[in-house]
Amino acid sequence: MTVSSETTMETDQPASDDTLLRLEDLKVHFPIKRGIVLDRTVGYVYAVDGVDLRIARGETYGLVGESGCGKTTLGRGLLRLVEPTGGRAVFDGTDLSTLHGEQLRRIRRRMQMIFQDPLSSLDPRQSVESILVEGMRAHGLDNDRTATSARLRELLSAVGLPVTALRKYPHEFSGGQRQRIGIARSLAVEPDLIVADEPVSALDVSVQAQVINLLEELQTEFGLTYLVIAHDLAVVRHISDRIGVMYLGSIVEETDADTLYQEPLHPYTKALLSAIPVPDPVVEDQREQILLAGDLPSPSAPPSGCRFHTRCPWRQETRCDSERPELREIAPGHRVACHWAEDIAAGKIERHAVDVELVKETEAGPGAGLGGAASVTEMLST
Amino acid sequence: MALLEVRDLSVVFGRKRQKPFTAVDGVSFSVAAGQTVGLVGESGCGKSVTSLAIMGLLPKRGVRVSGSVTFDGTELLTLSDKQLRDRRGRDLGMVFQDPLTSLNPVIPIGLQVTEVLRRHRGLDHKKAQAEATELLNKVGIPDPNRRLSEYPHQLSGGMRQRALIAIALACQPRLLIADEPTTALDVTIQAQILNLLKELVAGTDTALIMITHDLGVVAGLCDEVNVLYAGRVVERAARHELFADPRHPYTHGLLGSIPRLDSARSAKLAPITGSVADNIPWADGCAFAPRCPNALQGCVEQPPELETQDTRLLRCYNPVLPATTAAKEG
Repeated sequence: MTVSSETTMETDQPASDDTLLRLEDLKVHFPIKRGIVLDRTVGYVYAVDGVDLRIARGETYGLVGESGCGKTTLGRGLLRLVEPTGGRAVFDGTDLSTLHGEQLRRIRRRMQMIFQDPLSSLDPRQSVESILVEGMRAHGLDNDRTATSARLRELLSAVGLPVTALRKYPHEFSGGQRQRIGIARSLAVEPDLIVADEPVSALDVSVQAQVINLLEELQTEFGLTYLVIAHDLAVVRHISDRIGVMYLGSIVEETDADTLYQEPLHPYTKALLSAIPVPDPVVEDQREQILLAGDLPSPSAPPSGCRFHTRCPWRQETRCDSERPELREIAPGHRVACHWAEDIAAGKIERHAVDVELVKETEAGPGAGLGGAASVTEMLST
Repeated sequence: MALLEVRDLSVVFGRKRQKPFTAVDGVSFSVAAGQTVGLVGESGCGKSVTSLAIMGLLPKRGVRVSGSVTFDGTELLTLSDKQLRDRRGRDLGMVFQDPLTSLNPVIPIGLQVTEVLRRHRGLDHKKAQAEATELLNKVGIPDPNRRLSEYPHQLSGGMRQRALIAIALACQPRLLIADEPTTALDVTIQAQILNLLKELVAGTDTALIMITHDLGVVAGLCDEVNVLYAGRVVERAARHELFADPRHPYTHGLLGSIPRLDSARSAKLAPITGSVADNIPWADGCAFAPRCPNALQGCVEQPPELETQDTRLLRCYNPVLPATTAAKEG
């Protein structure tokens, strides 16, 4: 390690030793602007709206949710690739929100990102060698020519690419190989934390499994900590130790991967789990599906109270539409944001039908784009 | 007799300064009324081109389509454009993957639905309008009257896909082809759409061809499954049989590479090595041989034929033995 850990500045609140990353009430709101001269802010898209989470060293934390739930923005917000509106992210004892310029740049060496689309996240005019060396050079890890070339070989063999790949360009590789290059690039600077945003969703299933296995091997080999962001709960469950389920900007349930599948407590998690097709006709024919009515509400005008109450088949007359449930610990390590979680689990509350509420385009806020929720997130993610 | 009979269908694309590319290479299958048949495979296996060829939607120039596609006794490949237009939308319906690009962005939803009704069923404006309202209602679009006057961009992704299904079903087609109808959608919306398709097909005599890369979708929906690889069918079996006991190494590998919600987490995925780029042409042997764990010397000398083995069709010299099948574990 050439970069010292002098960047550690404020270590208020003694974090327990194994915590690598802690988010406290992190918020990312995007202003909706209107007008050419005046440029007034007429509203906000509440992409991430108060998220608390802890990621321990060496663990894999999975973040799942459907498009528009804010999972990608959360990943970017914690790395300060977008500026958070409120709250803070504490990385290894350092509050990232207080860092500026050089300090921030230095600490970013330890937090790398793997992107969804390997083709658009690699510069088509850079050879693989130059892609890999760029980050090392920026962080002063490229001092000695022979050491660098040894390091490059090491990286390529770690991600399963031949040494001849160095002289090639991204277009010469298949999708799976490109994703391997992206992974090698993030490993080049010896990071502690890797934020992987939909690392396999652009790949075919047979190749997907290769990359998932590779990520797992690398974690054991280099002692990495992962934050895996994905929409596919089956993939996330496979690689994660703990999982957080997001809905409209906040986490609704968080627990370890096995418990989440065996005893989901939040109604949204239950519905999400039941919606995922299982490649086994026997299971498919037997299991009960919880079909959610309607679409995701617009994140610029989130429903009052519990964000899920408009679609929730367990919704109650009181509290659900007026009081926003906090993420509270129900069992050790199992946090749920639902007022009625215990009653639902005990079977005291019955499921009922939900009328489809229209997501009106006016609700998307003036000027928030044309298509409602889906297009707002598309606008933000580009 | 089968409603749709595809025999030895091949589609060859001519390319500039390159050898022609065979996207579909002698595919045969049939669909009976009321049956749901799945075409499964990864990107580039020819599943979408097969559906476009059946519908006669491939461009005329630079594409050579051969073989035979008979629908209720009529050969579709030799029909004139006009005859084909009379059938498309009436007898043959199609739902595409991306509803935003397959709906016309500058025409209201209502007009796009009524267009089919007026063209094929000769309804007048008023009747067509009433029928369209009914259709949107049936596919679960709330407040259908208002939606009719709206444009595609004003609808969410799930609603657009519903509208597209409404258009495809407007004339109660006898065959519906759904090409990755849920790939662009979130899982909870996907569940809604699949449920809708199931309901619409059940109880009617509509035949459904489901084209998808997602084996999970197939598991819940199809009666019979065709697994495609590099333009050819490599395995065909009834749904329960295929998933319980995949025999072709490719099918076996596909099922092994999918992380399952209900499997033990510690189980490591068994991916298929390499990628489609490693394929060899079918003329030289089995296209899958370079990636195949079971490959024999003979696999790269003579291409295997699609042969009946027990109750299924299989294109392999050295299939996975039923005894070693591990798909049911967990």
